[in-house]
Amino acid sequence: MDVPQAQGLARIGKTVVIKGEVSGAEDLYIEGQVEGTVDLQNHVVTVGPTGHVRAGVKAKSIIVQGKVDGSLTASDRLDLRQSAVVNGDVTTQRIAVEEGAFLKGKVDIQKEIGKSASK
Amino acid sequence: MMKLFRSSSNETAAPAARTKLTRRSSGIGEISRVLNSQEGLYVLDVGATSANNIQFFTSHGHKNYSEDLLRASLDPALRAQDSTGKPTVDSKKFLDENLVYRNEQFDIVLSWNLADYMEESLVKPTIDRFWSVLKPGGLLLAFFHTRDAGPESACYRYHVTGTDMLEMQEVRFALPGRPASEKQSPRLQRVFNNRHIENLFRDFASIKFFLARDNIREVLVVR
Repeated sequence: MDVPQAQGLARIGKTVVIKGEVSGAEDLYIEGQVEGTVDLQNHVVTVGPTGHVRAGVKAKSIIVQGKVDGSLTASDRLDLRQSAVVNGDVTTQRIAVEEGAFLKGKVDIQKEIGKSASK
Repeated sequence: MMKLFRSSSNETAAPAARTKLTRRSSGIGEISRVLNSQEGLYVLDVGATSANNIQFFTSHGHKNYSEDLLRASLDPALRAQDSTGKPTVDSKKFLDENLVYRNEQFDIVLSWNLADYMEESLVKPTIDRFWSVLKPGGLLLAFFHTRDAGPESACYRYHVTGTDMLEMQEVRFALPGRPASEKQSPRLQRVFNNRHIENLFRDFASIKFFLARDNIREVLVVR
C-alpha cells in the first residue's frame, strides 16, 4: 500500500523511534517505532507495514499493517490488514480482519466507546 | 525432529487448494445452543484469527479471545536441545508465553484441529492448560482426523458461518527466514484413536463424539 499523501497527515518515518506520549489533532501514519501511548481520539492512526508500536493506541479509526504490542481502542473502526500482527486487547465498534492477520488478545465490541470512556 | 510441514504444499504450486469448503458441524451446533441460551460468555478461539468467528461470537453479546496456538507452536525460539543433543520443544516456555489466563476464565474453548497438528510434546500440556482456564461445566470442542486420513491431509482453519456450519480454509504459514511466497501447510502429526482421545481428556467430566462423513471426528468435552 502506498503511503498516503493527504494533507493533514502526520508521519513517523521508518527510521524514527519515539518513546513517550504521542497525541495530536490530525491523522497519523506510523512507519517507525513508538513506545508509550498514542492518543488521537478523533482521527485515524495507521501502523504501516514497517511500523512497530509498543503502546496503547486510542483513535477514531485504527488501521494495522505492521506490528502492535499493546491495546487498541478505536471508537469507530479497527482494520487488521493481511500483514498485521497484534498482541493485545482490542476494543472497537466495528472490526475487519483480512486473511493472514494475526491477533492475540481479547476482542471487545462496544457500541458507544466514546460515551463509555467519558464515564 | 518431527516433520512439521507437508512435503508438497508450496503455495505457488497449488492455487486450487485455497478454495474454501463448507461442512456441517454438530459440535458447533451444540455450542450455538449454549451461546443462544446465555449471555456474556467468555469464548477462547485458539485457531487462526478469523473475522467470521469474532463477528459470530461478539454479535451474540459474548466476549471473544483469539490466540493462534498452532502458529505460536512453530516459533523457532521454542526449539532447543536436551542434554544428549536431541532436538526438543520447550513446553514450559510455550505455556509461559501462550494461554496466559486466570483459572476458570472461559465458558467455551475452540481447539479445532490443534492436537492433530501440534508438536507432540506440547499436546498434553496444552490440554491441561485448557482444563485450568475453563470454568467447571465449560465446553471444549476439538476435531480429530480418523485413521483414514493420510499424512498429507490438508490443515484447515475453521470459520463459523452459521449456527451449525463451518467454512474450511487451508492453512499456510511462511517459514522463518523464507519468503512469504513459499508458504507451506502444516503436516498431520498423528491420528488419535478413541482410546487416545479419552485418555487425553481424562481429567474432564464428560466426552461426546460426533462422527461425520468426512474423515473428521468432532469431540465435545465438559470440564
